[in-house]
Amino acid sequence: MARRSTPAEVSYKLVIGGLAGLAIAILVGPILVVLITSLTTAPSLKFPPPGLSFKWYEALFDPIRSRHIHVAASNTLWVAVGATLLVTLLGVAAAIGISGKRGVAARALENGFLGPLVLPTLAYGFAALMFFSLLGFRPSLPLLVIGHAVVIAPFVFRTTMASLTQLDPSLLESSASLGAGRFTTFRRITLPLIAPGIAAGAFLSFIASIDNVPVSLFLSNARTDMLPIRLWGMMESTLDVRVAAASGVLIASVVVLVVVMERLVGLSRRM
Amino acid sequence: MASVAATGSAEAKASMAPRRDGVEWPLAGPLGLAYTAFFAAPLLLLFAISFYDDSDLTRITGSQWVKFFSDPFYLSVIGRTLQLGAVTVLATTVLSFPLALVFCASRPSVQKLLLLIIIMPLLTSVVVRTFAWIVILAREGVINQAILTLGLSATPLPLLQTEFGLVLALTQIEMPLMLLPLITVMRAIDPNVVDASRALGASRWRTFFQVILPLSLPGWVAGATLVFASSVTAFISQSVIGGGRLVFLPSVIWQQSMVVYNWPFAAVAAVTLLVTVLTGICLLAALSVRLAGR
Repeated sequence: MARRSTPAEVSYKLVIGGLAGLAIAILVGPILVVLITSLTTAPSLKFPPPGLSFKWYEALFDPIRSRHIHVAASNTLWVAVGATLLVTLLGVAAAIGISGKRGVAARALENGFLGPLVLPTLAYGFAALMFFSLLGFRPSLPLLVIGHAVVIAPFVFRTTMASLTQLDPSLLESSASLGAGRFTTFRRITLPLIAPGIAAGAFLSFIASIDNVPVSLFLSNARTDMLPIRLWGMMESTLDVRVAAASGVLIASVVVLVVVMERLVGLSRRM
Repeated sequence: MASVAATGSAEAKASMAPRRDGVEWPLAGPLGLAYTAFFAAPLLLLFAISFYDDSDLTRITGSQWVKFFSDPFYLSVIGRTLQLGAVTVLATTVLSFPLALVFCASRPSVQKLLLLIIIMPLLTSVVVRTFAWIVILAREGVINQAILTLGLSATPLPLLQTEFGLVLALTQIEMPLMLLPLITVMRAIDPNVVDASRALGASRWRTFFQVILPLSLPGWVAGATLVFASSVTAFISQSVIGGGRLVFLPSVIWQQSMVVYNWPFAAVAAVTLLVTVLTGICLLAALSVRLAGR
């Protein structure tokens, strides 16, 4: 649409374009700053760094000096794998059991399963600590798996529900009218069609567990240390440059995983 | 569904049976039970414990509630927490609408890139993003180096431990939560409606405020809910960037439960946080219902 450049037109383009540019700078800038800082030669977070090297990555991967970080990282990974497997199984089953149902119970369950997305999980983390303590449990990795499972289940549940909603009911009807039983229809028709949604949701749940702070804050201790909690401790005490290197590793992992998931299951369409 | 039922095939009828309005409990039950045992039960316990008098949980008096709500310090903490949520929603709104507009006007290849730029920070650890803002806001950080180099100030500005620094950091951390629902809704707006407004002589500004903005409000409400709930409870960012001077509800919960070991008092703070967030969500939901009814 060809139009003369009126003052309103120009001001609109300047303001909207300017603010959008600022938004992109705020979104991306900090991540770039961390990546550059992690390559510094200096023992401080001075920016720009006086020189570039991989020495803080070497320090981070040193098995003796960074033993505690490695233990925390491995705890974090195992809890995330366990919790993700658990919620994928339970979440997908629940989504299939609720999808397409219009009853009051179905709505109540759906809202309940999505609750941890908006409720303050910090309050839940503290509640879970009291709950498990009063039952006589001491902090352990299985308790962390349960605590994480509660707060990461909504991600896989939500994407599976969305995939089921987009499923063409006539496909299921044709399968049934051709004589396939419910289980065969599920295995041969439903599952292959909703698999990308499940995979995207499981990935989001996994990342949510890796990044989780509010639950780990209360359910982990010195023996079951988790990576985000340890990094937070390092940030609060001395500003150790290894935090920048650890951040660099986490950022690089996310970039790779997101690109792979985008190719495989179209992650961005499902968020 | 009706056409299949009309064929009268026995198999089809059998397969249709579970597609009624009732929940299939064998499938939904396990997660339902897990949530009852490990989500609902702890939250009920939290509520119950807040009414106990002492840390040994012997007397029920509700005295901790009185203590919390009669102390001006804790009342100011509630106010400051609510204010932080509201200001973060405002800041993310001002930046997200323009970026969403640019997104919708872009070519598909650019849209793909923008989407990755939005998703990447969302999936990067909150601890990492908070750390990034320390590097930016510190005395030797990016902003202060720039200010000193340009000669705008002779001494570094204190940016950490200020409301401004915290809101700036939270804006980056929460913006994707606003952008994703906003983009979803804006994409669905019929371009003919926008073209009609322009063809009838409305300026771009008027088209935005009278056509695009009202049609995008459902997305904004969804985004604002997530941003509010998330920024109010962002403990790590609040404690690392806000520091000891700026106290919010999450750090009261943390201090009282893990440092002072006064569980009933921490439970009062936690229930207050829950109610605060739920109130915010309900207000936004009520707003969206009113707007939808217009």
